Amino acid sequence: MLANFLSIESLFYLAGLIAVIASLKVVTGKNTVHALLYLVVSLLAVAVCFYLMGAPFAAGLEVIVYAGAILVLFVFAVMMFGLTTDETKYAPQNKGLSFWVGPIILAMSLLTELLWVIDNAELQQQLTANVVTSKQVGMLLYGPYLLAVEIASFLLLAGLLAGYHYAKPDGRGTHL
Amino acid sequence: MTHIPLEHVLFLSCILFSIGFIGVISRKNTLFMLMSLEVMLNAVGVAFIGAGSAWQQADGQVMFILILTLAAAEVAVGLALFIRMQRRYHSLDIDQLNEMRG
Repeated sequence: MLANFLSIESLFYLAGLIAVIASLKVVTGKNTVHALLYLVVSLLAVAVCFYLMGAPFAAGLEVIVYAGAILVLFVFAVMMFGLTTDETKYAPQNKGLSFWVGPIILAMSLLTELLWVIDNAELQQQLTANVVTSKQVGMLLYGPYLLAVEIASFLLLAGLLAGYHYAKPDGRGTHL
Repeated sequence: MTHIPLEHVLFLSCILFSIGFIGVISRKNTLFMLMSLEVMLNAVGVAFIGAGSAWQQADGQVMFILILTLAAAEVAVGLALFIRMQRRYHSLDIDQLNEMRG
């Protein structure tokens, strides 16, 4: 009964619901750091969706690059902004642990969902039957899409140079 | 063929994209606008991965990797611009930029 209820589809819908809720909290949030934490939860939920859709390589990339690298960049930038001036008035001062409850519930349900899928042999069999492996992705990346990969590297170089140039202080001879 | 119908994946993608779009057009804090843009790019990634797994092709994941690099470059440039903006206007409000009459 429970196994029928917890099929891949329903787990996917649950992860999608978590992603939608967390994205809504991102968009409607008042405090920047809380919104960033909800954005991490949203990206993790989307990564679980990718895993359930049979793309574990994309799920790993989502966690490593989005939730790991881009969000850390966000957090560092928020630290540099010095939000004591314009954001702390929105922050709850002494609410204790109450604002941790939402992200913890969402992240814990994602974790239990993932553990359920990994532990369940039947679901694993269904998942591995139609997985698109990273080998196929690599063959395509360095075959027909080689020009796109080169252009993406140019884009990253341009992003690096622009980031360095814009974030540089105005004075001569000073570094970040 | 996967167990998840493609229509439902595209429906989830549409919902996430709409949430991100509403965030971009309704927020005034530029940092929240950038986060909403991330949600939108993520929704596009969901659509690509869903289509790639529905047809059992790796092209969807290739496009997702390209979207990932685009998001990384966009966030780097955007945050650097916001640091410059914070230093110059001492605010992240998008309405502060209306002196740039374009």
